[in-house]
Order: sequence, then structure tokens, then C-alpha cells
Amino acid sequence: MRARRLLALVAKESVQVVRDPSAILIAFVLPTILLFLFAYAVSLDIRNVRLGVVLENDGPAARDLAADFAATRYFEVLPVRHRREVGDMVVSGLLRGVVVIPQDFDRRLATGSRPAIQILTDGSQPNTASFVSGYAEGVVASWLDRRSGLAGTGAASGPAVVLEPRFWFNPEVESRRFLVPGSIAIIMTTIGTLLTALVVSREWERGTMEALFSTPAGIVEILLGKLLPYFALGLLATLGCGLLATTVFDVPLRGSWGALLALSASFLIPALGQGLLISALARNQFVAAQVAVFSGFLPAFLLSGFLFEIDSMPPVIRAVTYVIPARYFVTGLQTVFAAGDVWSLLVPSMLAMLAIGSVFFAITARKTRKSLDR
Amino acid sequence: MAATVEIRGLAKRFGEHPALHPFDATIEAGRLTGLVGPDGAGKTTLLRILAALMAPSAGSVRVLGHDVVEEADSIHSEVGYMPQRFGLYEDLSVMENLRLYSRLRGLRGKDLDETFERLLAFTRLAPFTGRLAGRLSGGMKQKLGLACALMAHPKLLLLDEPSVGVDPVSRQELWRMVEELTDDGMAVVWSTAYLDEAERCETVILLNEGRIEHDGPPEALTSRLAGRSFRLVRPDDDRRTLLTKALDLDGVRDGVIQGHGVRLVLADNERRAAVDELARGAGAAVEAVPPRFEDAFIDRLGGGPGGRSAIAERMEPVEPDALNGDVAVEARQLTKRFGQFTAAERVDFEVRRGEVFGLLGPNGAGKSTTFKMLCGLLEPTSGEARVAGLDLRHASSAAKRRLGYMAQKFSLYGLLSVRQNLEFYSGVYGLTGGRRRRRIEEMIETFGLERYLRDSPDSLPLGFKQRLALACSLMHRPPVLFLDEPTSGVDPITRREFWVHINGLVRKGVTVLVTTHFMEEAEYCDRVALMNRARVIDLDSPDALKARAATPDRPDPTMEETFIALIEAGERGAEADPAGRAA
Amino acid sequence: MNLPRLSALIVKELLSYLRDPKSRITLIGPPIMQLLVFSFAATLEVKNVDVALLDHDHGALSEELVAHVRTSSFVREILPVNGPDELRELIDTGQVLMAIELPDDFSRNLTAGRPARAQVIIDGRHANAGQIALRYLNSIAGRMNQDLRFELGTIRGAPPSGGPVAEIEVRHWFNPNLVYRWFIVPGLVGILAMLLSLLVTSLSIARERELGTFDQLLVSPVTPLEIIVGKTLPALIIGTVMGNVMIAAGVFALRVPFTGSLWMLELSLMLFILSVVGIGLTLSSVCKTQQQAILGVFSIMVPVILISGFATPVENMPAWLQVVAQASPLKHFLIIVHGIFLRSAPGSDVISNAWPLAVIALVTLTLANLIVRRRLQ
Repeated sequence: MRARRLLALVAKESVQVVRDPSAILIAFVLPTILLFLFAYAVSLDIRNVRLGVVLENDGPAARDLAADFAATRYFEVLPVRHRREVGDMVVSGLLRGVVVIPQDFDRRLATGSRPAIQILTDGSQPNTASFVSGYAEGVVASWLDRRSGLAGTGAASGPAVVLEPRFWFNPEVESRRFLVPGSIAIIMTTIGTLLTALVVSREWERGTMEALFSTPAGIVEILLGKLLPYFALGLLATLGCGLLATTVFDVPLRGSWGALLALSASFLIPALGQGLLISALARNQFVAAQVAVFSGFLPAFLLSGFLFEIDSMPPVIRAVTYVIPARYFVTGLQTVFAAGDVWSLLVPSMLAMLAIGSVFFAITARKTRKSLDR
Repeated sequence: MAATVEIRGLAKRFGEHPALHPFDATIEAGRLTGLVGPDGAGKTTLLRILAALMAPSAGSVRVLGHDVVEEADSIHSEVGYMPQRFGLYEDLSVMENLRLYSRLRGLRGKDLDETFERLLAFTRLAPFTGRLAGRLSGGMKQKLGLACALMAHPKLLLLDEPSVGVDPVSRQELWRMVEELTDDGMAVVWSTAYLDEAERCETVILLNEGRIEHDGPPEALTSRLAGRSFRLVRPDDDRRTLLTKALDLDGVRDGVIQGHGVRLVLADNERRAAVDELARGAGAAVEAVPPRFEDAFIDRLGGGPGGRSAIAERMEPVEPDALNGDVAVEARQLTKRFGQFTAAERVDFEVRRGEVFGLLGPNGAGKSTTFKMLCGLLEPTSGEARVAGLDLRHASSAAKRRLGYMAQKFSLYGLLSVRQNLEFYSGVYGLTGGRRRRRIEEMIETFGLERYLRDSPDSLPLGFKQRLALACSLMHRPPVLFLDEPTSGVDPITRREFWVHINGLVRKGVTVLVTTHFMEEAEYCDRVALMNRARVIDLDSPDALKARAATPDRPDPTMEETFIALIEAGERGAEADPAGRAA
Repeated sequence: MNLPRLSALIVKELLSYLRDPKSRITLIGPPIMQLLVFSFAATLEVKNVDVALLDHDHGALSEELVAHVRTSSFVREILPVNGPDELRELIDTGQVLMAIELPDDFSRNLTAGRPARAQVIIDGRHANAGQIALRYLNSIAGRMNQDLRFELGTIRGAPPSGGPVAEIEVRHWFNPNLVYRWFIVPGLVGILAMLLSLLVTSLSIARERELGTFDQLLVSPVTPLEIIVGKTLPALIIGTVMGNVMIAAGVFALRVPFTGSLWMLELSLMLFILSVVGIGLTLSSVCKTQQQAILGVFSIMVPVILISGFATPVENMPAWLQVVAQASPLKHFLIIVHGIFLRSAPGSDVISNAWPLAVIALVTLTLANLIVRRRLQ
């Protein structure tokens, strides 16, 4: 008996979803755009950094060093004659960094005293600045190393710690490999929390809740009937994103589709629970939307670790991230795509999400009874 | 045998505010019980308690033997409930809505098929099963809502104002359906603000401010007014002036315009002399008429309002040349098409200065479309719409400055205070400086809005909301007033107040164009245009239309019967002459 | 255009948002809170990194390297492991960002004056942080190398071998300590002002339609142009005021330096909001319900933020996408706001980034005008 009622409610909701253009927008159009942007636009991979190289003298060593800079694949070098020209260019953003090879460079090198090289960066873009300074330092260092080999007294390249980096799971070192999987969390939050919050509060606003309450349908059936189609929609969207990621955006899935879907399902529980709780408390679309964006979407975007490292955040905020389901989802997603089915990581993540989800549902259950008394 | 519903000492409070004061009542099976009362009286609250959607604050209620608090689930299975705001899913089709409720109620197999067949025939919705519920007319929506509520063969049916916004033809059908149900033994509670409906119920529970004023057959209340109702017919004077004078008489308890005359209710038999004198002075004949339930209702609730409209008195008479002629509103071959569908076709009429003109018709007839074209809300596909001689399409701002508009939903800004609403509307109509301030103060005074100035219009009682909406629409003293179902769902006393103001304004020369489903209001009109299927099928004074609909069995039809008869005649004519070649 | 009508419309719109104290709080509260919380959370700095260490050597020089790493500012903890499986486990489960494996001949090679290799394994799922951390490690290694050469030279008694050594002076202009917050906060000012203005305008028409007051406007003498201006100006006022509140919060509460011209920022802010308002109005007249408007704002905001260089520079994008980014008003405003806050941008710079804003504003407002007019029929 109960199953039939539940099925009827699920059928009703599914028809409504299919006929609602905003649901289609959020579940399919927006994710495609977002994935696309995360694959191409939001790139932490530095390239084409405009670097000014001030060659104050024309000596062979100086020119050699300058040539090294030009040969790198990260810098787009702009030769500049005088130091005073670069100030304005950095201010207006034409240059992100400047390397100044001073006038006495060759001379000092020849006499064995240490020439000073200035590396100036546009600090208003700290990430780029840190990259510019670090990489430029590296170019100078390797130039020096090569030079020492040439001048060599047989000590070969001398004592040196040589670091051999290996990037596991992402040998090509493309930010896309972790951004795209992580962005699935954003998409699921939008579907699970924002859309659900709006849809349920709309039902309250329109008055159809009242009619449902007067039938034998129980409160659990009514709420589940609303959530299950969005759960299915979320899983469908996950599948769609996964397919897009693997086929179009060149982000391979090293784990299994089953693990991906299981992860997604575990995330949808707290996401839907949150959406439901918000609509139960707000019962008004505008407020529900604001709360959903503020407490669901923005944390998923900024505090889940997908774009900004959690470890780098202040301790208070780091503590807060432990109760954000998106945090566990992002780790899980990045692992399942880049590393594979690492169950020792996936299982605890799923459990954490389910735990948070059950808290949301418990609170909602307390707050919603089949009654119009507030 | 136990009654279907037994109420003992029921009371309900919302916080501090008492919605229902303690009372006892019963509702019997096989009977149509009317639940009547002004807005805010507590009807919806009572129905919700009976449907086990709200718990009583005190007392006990047993429905079909179950307690509403302890056994709410059983009640949900056995009671059918139709809430005030439909409860239909607008983006699902008729069939999908029906199927949902059938499954929620556990119907299956043969029972399901039979029930569907019966309900679809009953509601005559069979041809529309594929249509989205949002696209149905008001009447059809209510029928669908009723079908959904009937799904589980309930023993008790609760209907919350099912006939609001529904045209008379559909209303008759709803009645027919409900009467069939009570014949079968169902207990039906029908809540309404329309008193002619209350009269047709077997029992009436009259609620006012949470208290029961009457519980029993309507005749019991009505008979108390025997001998106190009179009609003054065919006065030489303008009937509105006559009404105003009559209402100011000491002994007159209530009065309305009816056809070419006035209908009065006296405080008691003795006062007849004054009325006779008034009638003589106006050249009208006095007829005694049987009392109506509405008379008793008004009497019970303290009598109707007086005849003076403060706002009308303040207003200067409309200038003779305000309308650039004698024609206030003109529709010239107005046509509107939405894609393939023609909503209004070659509508053509004139509203003369100082007239009250009614636009009537069933839902979907085209009257709302025509109305909207005439006040500038819709652009005609072809034809012209003029106000005060100005074409609404080309001289839009100038034309709109001459018209005032009051909508059914009042369109007040809930986020602003009452005073801020007044300031907004005065500004939008171009009032500035001292004149604006004076006009606003005037409105506050005449409509008695002082105590509510800081509040949001949403929190106002219905009567005051209406006053505020009227004040805002009159801010710029328009010579033409458009009223779109202005008193829909409103209780009779508030409605009378409203018309006191309107009548006063008309006597100062304002022209009024009104649409309504409430046939009594059609009586207040000087002329009525009856529309059906996108065309005007009749246009005349109410009395003339009644004469046309009169038959030997029914020599003195009510406006509602007239409407139905003429529409049906029109339908038969349309079938015989589909191209509409006959005039 | 009639001034009393217009001012009545503007007053009404402003009051709708400001009259109710709860509404005022909802308007101001979340943006401020978001500014405060997210300016601390959103950072691309790398800190508190845990490093796994598999040291086969345990020699003096490997200890020295480890010591350098342990005391560097970006490392939180070094977790020694006993074998490659443990190392793998720590990386797989995300407990460490990177691992260092030192072979057993590490110290020997260095003492002998030969290069010694150290394997650095980085969790590619956090590749960006990993790269930054790697750069830090490289600096540490570089410095250690300089010292080694010098030492070795002294030990052997020969002149400092390894040839030339250079002194590298690094200076970060405008933000010497590369405080990430100084970059994020001006950006958040732009984003939050945009979000608010967009939300306010997009809901305005949709809400009036749902409540029924829109019809009342249409039957009044108000012209379509007046309706549009009557919604544009209040949104402009609210957006500008909120923008300024957040600028003040950024400067005084979050201590972000402000080195440019305030009035140029104000002008740019207003142009920016105008361009955003046009988008909001178009959305509002197209959407039939508030829900659609809200979701519409959302669907537009997120891609626009991503494409505008808020977190990641526009230069990193492929060339054709950079062209698309030019259509985003936020992109231009971000350059202006970063410039004025941190770089004392001169008027010429501001203007060269402000005129695209003006063009976008013109386009969106004209579009809104056309669409609203069409919809009003």
C-alpha cells in the first residue's frame, strides 16, 4: 500500500521535473557549461606570463642569460632597455614580472664577484608572482649550473641536491585533472541543495502541500516522493558529467563507474537533506534560495578543497570544513578519477557524508509534521 | 445514529488571537451543510480542523467516529477535502492529477476504472483529460478539484469556497454534482461567502469572528425577517439617489439596487410609513417581497452601511469635457488572437458618460480579454480601444491618466506601508507637492486609514484592503473607473460598503466598467454586455435582459437564471449558425 | 519622461528592500559575512603541508636537508615511514601532500662532490599546491647547493668552485609578502556587488508579476522607459552603497591597502553595476516566476565569475576563451579594482579598462529596454 502511494508521488514529481525548464537548465545545461569552464577557463596551469627582461648591458653573458629566459615555455619575454620603463608596464598589467640584468653583470662575472640580478614581480597577483619569482630563480640557477660546467675545473657539476619530482596520478600536471572531477561536487550541490530547496518551498507557497496532507499519504512518503526524482536526476547528471569528462575533456577515470556513482549517491544524501531542511524552515522561495546559496553552494565552492587548499586555511575555517559534505565528496572525486578505487579513502568519505546526511534528515523530521500548525 | 461530525467545545487560538470561540455542533450525513461567514470568520480554520490538518486548542472533534488528533490518519483516508487554493498541480494534465489522487487513495483495478469513468462523466471533464490543469478555466479547475477530492468515495466531503471566481453556469453544475452526492448519503460541508448559496443548503452554520451566530436550517433565520423586505420599483428618480436616501432613513436596515429599483430591509414592521413616503416622493411603487437569507445575514451581523460615501462627497463632479465627448469607453471591432485561438472577436460597444456598465460571461468567454484591452493591459490584434476618446495604443499615457483600475487581487505593495502605497500611487499619477499631500490626507481621512498607516497592506483586514485599493485607484480623480471582479469572495457587508462608494462616485459623474461573476452586482449596472465564445451575444439593461429570459414558468427570473438562460440560448444559436451571420 | 512618476517608482523600489528591518539585514548581512569568511578561506598559498620521509641514508647531509625542510614555513609535519608501502598509503589516502625518498648514497655523493638525487613524490590530485611546494623545495635545495659549493670549496682549500654564484634579489611589488588576501578581497568586492545587484534587479519584475502589482503599473500612465529606469536606478544605488560598505570593510577590517583614487573606483563601480543591471533586467522580464529568475541569476553568475579571472588569471586561458572573457564586465572591473587597491593605477589605466564597461553597459541596457518593451505587450 505505501509503496504504491510513494510511486504515485515519485511519478508526479518526475513529470513535473521533466516539464520544468529551470530543472533541465540546472541539471544539464549548467553542468555542461561549468565542466567546460573548469576544463579550460579555470586553469591553475601557468602559461604565457609576460616577463620583461631588462638588459642593461650587451655583454655576451647577459645576452645568454636573457636568451634562457626567452627559451622557457612559461614566459613570454619582452625585452626592455631601461629599468625605468618597466614601472608603468607592471602597474598597468602589461608585465607580470621583470628580470633586471644590470649593467655590470658581465664585468662582475668575469672578476668573480657576485653580480646582482633583480627579479621584480606584480605582487597584486600573488599566485603568479610566486611562480614568476620561483621559476625565474630556477632559470638563473640552472644557467649558473650550466655555466659552471663550461668553466669547469673537472669538478663536473659539483655537489648538488637534485630533486626529481614525480606527480602521481597526474603526471601531465594539468590542473584540469583535479578541477574537473572536483567541479562535479559543485554541480551536485546545485542540483541537490539549491534546486530541492526551491522546489519544496514552492510547493508550500502554492498550497499543494495542504491538499497532499489531507490524503492518506504520510509525511515520509510525501517528502521522499519529492526527493527521489532529484536523487535520480543527480545520479544521471553524475553519469553525464563523467562521460563528458572522460570523452570530451580528456580527464580519464581511473577508478570504476560503480565507485563514482556510489560516491555521488552518498553525497546526494546530505545535499538533498540540506535542501529539504532549508525549505522546511524557509517555506518561501527567495529566502530558501539565499540560504541555499550561502550555506550550500558557496561552501562547496570555497571550502571543499576543490580549488583552494583546506590545509592553507586558518584553523577555525579548517575545523568548519569537517562538517561540509562537499569536502569529502571532492576528495573522493579527485581520487576516483585520478588515482582509482582507493577504498581506504573512499569508504570513510562516504561514511562521513552519510553521517552528516542523517543529521539533516533527523532535524527535518523533527520540524515537519503532517499539520498546518506552524 | 451518531452524526458524521461531532464537535464539543471546540476552540482554536493562533498565538494570542482567538480564531474560534468554544462551541458545539454536529454535521449529519446525507445533508448539505453550508458554512457561511465574512472573510476571517474562521471557516477555513474549522474546515482544516475537520480534515485533521490542524489540532484544536481546546475541546474535541470526532469525525466519522475518529478523533481528529489521535486518529488523524483514519480521517485522511475517509474524508475528501478541497482546499481554497485548488491544490491542483498546474503543470500536470487533468488525467495526471486524477491518477495521482487515485493512487494516493489506494484505488486499484476495477474500482479505479469505474471511479474514473464516473467522475469524468460527472464533471464533464472527459474531453479535457490531456489538458494541463493550469490551462483550465476557473470553473473547470474547481470541478477537477472536486473530482480529486471525491476519489476515495469519502463519507464526508469538505469544500472550502468552491465557487469563488466561477461563472454561474459552472456554479450550477457544481451544485448539481454536490446535490447528487448528498442524495447518495454523503455529508457535505460547503463553505461560501455567497449567501444565495447558503440559502440552498439544508443547514447553515453562520460564523462571524469565530463565533457561531446560527446553526440550523436557513429558513429558521430567514423567517424571522418576514414582512420586513420590500421592493421599490420604477422610480422616476435615478435609482442610486433613491437608494442613498433610503439608506439614510432611520428604519432601513439594509438596501441594494435591484434592476430598475431598490430592495430594502426594514428594522421592523413599524417603519413602513417612512418608506412609503419615500416611494411616493420618488414616484415608485412599493412591493412586499419574501425575505432572503442574505437579509437575515446582514440583519444578524448588524445591518448594512449608511448611504453616504465620504469620498464621493469630497470629490468634485467630473467635468463635462473630461471625456472629450459623451463616450467614456469605446470598443471598436476589438479582436484579439493568441496564435490560433481567438479570445475576442469584433467586440463593439460604447460606454456612455456616468454609466455603470457590466461585462459578463462564462470563463473563457473573452470578457477578461476585452476588459484588458480596454484598459491597456493587452494590445488588440485589430480594432481600437478608446478611453475618453483617446486611443490606448497611440496616446497611451494620456489615456491612462483618465482611467482608474482596481483589480481582484488588489495589487498593493506588501513590502511598503499603507502610507507609502498611497504616496506611490499619487506620485505615479503625477500628483506633486501640496496637492499630493492634501489628496493623501483626504484619502486617509475619508477611508479611515489612520490606524493602519504604518502597517503593511497584507496585514489589513479585507475590508480595509479594499478601501486602500480603492483609495489608490481614485488618487487622481479619474473620470473612468475599471473594476475587475472587485468583490470576488468578499462578504456582503464589505461588498455593500464598496458599492456605496461606487454609487456615490457615479452620481458625481464617474463612469464605471465592471466585470463580475456575482450576478447581484450585475443588477447594479445600467447596462450589461453578455459575452460568450469571444462574441457579445446580448447588450441591454438588466431588466430588459430578464424580460428576454422570462418564460411562463418563470416570469420573474433572477439575474443568475437570466444569465444561464441567455447563454444557453446563445449556444443553441451558435450551433444553428456557426458562422455567426445572424446578428 | 515624467519626473514625479519616476521618483515615485524609485522610492517604491528602494522602500521594498529597505523598509523591513529583516530585509535590510538579509541584504547587508550575507555579503559582509561572505566577505569576511571567504577572504580568509580562499587562498592559493601553500601552508601546513605534511611531508612523508623515506630516508634510506640517515647521513649527516640527509639530516641537514630534512632539517631545512622541517623548519621551512610551509611545512607542518614530517612523517617518517619505513617502506614504500607505507609511503604509498599516506599519499593515496591524502594524509601527506608530498613524500621525499632519499637513497642510501645521498650523503656520500654530496661529500664526494657529486650530485645526489632525491625523489620527490607529489600527490597530483593537488597538483597546484604540489607545484608551489615543489618550488619551495627547489629553493631550499638551491640554497643548500650554494652553501655546499662554498663549504666544499673552503674544505678543499680551493677557491669557491662551481664557478659563478649570483646574488638574486627578489622583490614583490605592491604586495611584498604576497598576502593572498590582498588579492582576493578586492575581487570579492566586485563579485558580491555584482551578485547583489543581479539578484535585486532580476527578482524585481518577476516578483511584481507574481504578486499582481505589475498589472497595476501597466494601467497607469507609466511608460516602459520609466519602468526600466525606475528599476535600474535603485539597483544602482543599492549596489553602489553595498560596494562601498565592502570596500570599507576590506580596508578597515581586513587591512587591505588602498593606494589609488577613490573617486575613480566609485565611477568604475557605478559603470560596472550598470552593466550588470542590464543583464538582470533582461532576465527578469524573460522569467515568469521568481524561481526561474533565481536559478537564472545563478546559472549566469557562476560561469561569469569563473571566466573573469577571480581566482585564476585570464592569461591562463586559451586565447579564444580570453576573447569571450572580454564580454564579462567582471573581468574588466577586477583589473580596475586590483589596480586601484594595490597598484595605484593612474587614470589612463583605469580608463582603458573602464571604457569596455561602458560599452557593455550600453549594450545590456539597450537590450533590456528592447526586451522589456516587447514583453510588456
